This record gives sequence, C-alpha cells and structure tokens, in this order.
Amino acid sequence: MAYEFEFAPVLEYTDLLLKGAFFTIALTAVGAVFGIGLGIIGAVCRAWRLQPFAALFAVYVELIRNTPFLVQLFFIFFGLPSLGIHIGEWEAAVLAMVINLGAYSTEIIRAGIASVPKGQLEAAASLAMNRYESFRYVVLRPALQTVWPALTSQVIIVMLGSAVCSQIATEELTFAANFIQSRNFRAFETYFITTAIYFAIAIMIRQLMLAIGKRYISGRLS
Amino acid sequence: MLTQFTTWDIVRNLLEGGKWTLLLSLLAFFLGGVTGLIIVLLRISPNRFLRVIAKVWIELFQGTPLLMQLFIVFFGLSLLGWDVSAWTAAAIGLTLFTSAYLAEIWRGCIEAIPSGQWEASASLAFSPLQQMRYVILPQALRIAIPPTVGFSVQVVKGTAVTSIIGFTELTKSGTMIANATFEPFMVFGLVATAYFCLCYPLSVYARHLERKYHVAC
Repeated sequence: MAYEFEFAPVLEYTDLLLKGAFFTIALTAVGAVFGIGLGIIGAVCRAWRLQPFAALFAVYVELIRNTPFLVQLFFIFFGLPSLGIHIGEWEAAVLAMVINLGAYSTEIIRAGIASVPKGQLEAAASLAMNRYESFRYVVLRPALQTVWPALTSQVIIVMLGSAVCSQIATEELTFAANFIQSRNFRAFETYFITTAIYFAIAIMIRQLMLAIGKRYISGRLS
Repeated sequence: MLTQFTTWDIVRNLLEGGKWTLLLSLLAFFLGGVTGLIIVLLRISPNRFLRVIAKVWIELFQGTPLLMQLFIVFFGLSLLGWDVSAWTAAAIGLTLFTSAYLAEIWRGCIEAIPSGQWEASASLAFSPLQQMRYVILPQALRIAIPPTVGFSVQVVKGTAVTSIIGFTELTKSGTMIANATFEPFMVFGLVATAYFCLCYPLSVYARHLERKYHVAC
C-alpha cells in the first residue's frame, strides 16, 4: 500500500508553527544584534592589537569556531549549573547564539577592517576628525559595508543552527514541530512544512539584511 | 544498579563515540565531494534546465537547517518502505548537506578562472569536456583546496547534529555519559575538547594553504 501524504493534520497546528517561527526569528534577532555587537568589539580589539583583549578574543574565536554549536549549547545549559550558574533555556539559547555569532563576526569584521586602506585614516586625520569620528565613519562603516554579505550569510547560518535549541526545550520552531509530530504521528509532513518555514525565514532575513545594509550601512551619511 | 565511572571510563566511552564522529565525517566528506562535483558540473552546464536544478539543490540545502534535512531523510526514507538506521540517515543527510556547500564553493573557484582560458582551449579544438578536464579543472583545483579543507571543519561539526536523530557519535555519547555521571561540566568540556582536537588542525591547515596559494576564492 502506497503511503498517502496528509498535510491537513499538520495545518491544524498552524498557530503553534507560527508561534514557533516567531520565537525563532526573535532568538535570531537578539542573537544577531548582540553577536554582531560583540563581533565589532572583538574585531577592533584584534585589529588594533589592544592587549590583553586581542589575545583573549583570538583564543575565543578559535575555541568557538572549532566546536559544534550543539556542544556549546549543552555546555552552557547543562554544564554551567554545576558551577552554580543557573540559567533558563531561553537565556542559554540566546547566550549560545550570541557567543557563536560573536566569534564568527569577529573574524569577518576584522577582515573588513583590515581591508580599509591606511591612507583613508590619514585623510581622516587631515580633515581634523578625532579618533572616534574617524573610526566610525572611515573605518567601521566601509568595513561593515565590505563584509555585509558575509555577515548576512552568517546570521542565516546561526538562524538555521538554532533548530538544535529544541534539544534544551527552548520552544522555538523545531520544538513546535517535534510537539506536533508527536501528536499527529505525521512526522514527514510536519518536518516538511517546518523546513519550508525555515526556508522562508532564511529568504526573509536575507532581504531584511540587504535592506538594512542599503539603508544604514551603504546609505548616505546624514 | 549504581556504577562508579572513573575518568578513564568516561574518556574511553567518549573515544568510542569519537570514532563514529570521525568515520561519519570522512564518509560524508567523501560522498559529499563526489555528489558536489556532479552538482557543480550541472550548475555550470550550458543546459539551462540542469543549471536550475543544481541551483535549487544548493539553495535548498543551504537555506534549511541540517537538523530538518536529517529528519526528512530519516522519516522520508522509512515512508518509502526502507528500514533506515540512524547511521544511514545521518550519512545520507550529511552527504546532501556537504554536496550543496562544496558545489557552491567550487563554482566560485571555477568561475574565478578567466574566460580567456575557455576560449583559448576552444581555439585549440578541445571539446567542452576536454577543456574542463585539461584546462579549467587543474587550475580551479588549486584555488579550491584551501576553502575545501576549511569546509571540512563544518562537516565535522555538522556530525554533532546527527546525535539528535539517535546516532551514537561523540555528542550523543557525551549526553549519555553526562546523564549517568551527573558531571555535565566535565563531560561536555571533554566533548568540546575532542571536537577541537579534530577541527583545529584542519582550520590551521586551511589557513596555511590559503597563505601558501595566496588566493582568495
């Protein structure tokens, strides 16, 4: 007997899926803002060789980039309580995403900063810009502009990676999918639709980041 | 029954899991490479239909979570009446995932070869296949090696996700031991260390190759 696909039992739970999708997006948004923020700090420390922070960030980047996100998540959620630090599943998920994205964006933004020609800084100094102004307008902005596509891809990778947060019971999209398939016994259909939602979110984030890049990064100075 | 775990017991069990992580990584990287090569050839073929298929393939696997791909393979194949083990599903899922990323990396490398090379070899009466085989691929291969080695780190890390569909590799071993010993801090610390020992040399090697060939792809 051939299997008959039934998507109706999944669509009964549309509200749960939408709620899960919302939380996945919210997790990603918080993770992206703080992760890129952390990345900017790390990149500046490394590019300007501010010791000891430069060395610390170098170690941090290597540690995070060479271990799986899932293990980082487990370490934070299951490991930290034995040091007396108790955090909930949402805090653990956000923390893991920020730490993970922070490491990758440190590396990405550092490459951007390195690509700013030295003459630009000298030109800024000759225009009597102070250190802060020249950093903001002459270094950071063009650097972010250069690496914005790479950052966009990384944010999407982190969003897709957040699917494993369901393993510590963070109630995001995959958690909702696991719950639904345990109710309707339509595992394939449930995960199929969930995958489609993830795909849509990935496209949405790409467009959003593109718009943000156009409006705030490459846009005219106001 | 209560059993006392010595540190050596923990390490021994983790190494046993680590063996499967290593095997799965090698298999997925090899099969993913073969599949990726086919995909990249489709991606740059003159036939528009084949190009679109390859493009959709790459977009789909790069735009959806690895965990969902594993679930779909795992549950999808059993719907087809195949009795799939977690190992089979993990190997197939990771192979597909790897093929999409490698195809995209290699496409960049092939397109980085100046079009004059194609034209020159065409003027020497090479067939398109010969142009690819003797002129383009040897050059593209050279610039493709550093990012390919770099991507192998992602494959090793990707194997961790297969623990969720019940494949007993390093992370799954870690979870089970952490539950049995109530020492999650140490166990997950060791698990992370094991992954680091697998991945860090690859990262360093990739960086070294990049510097050696002095190209960005």
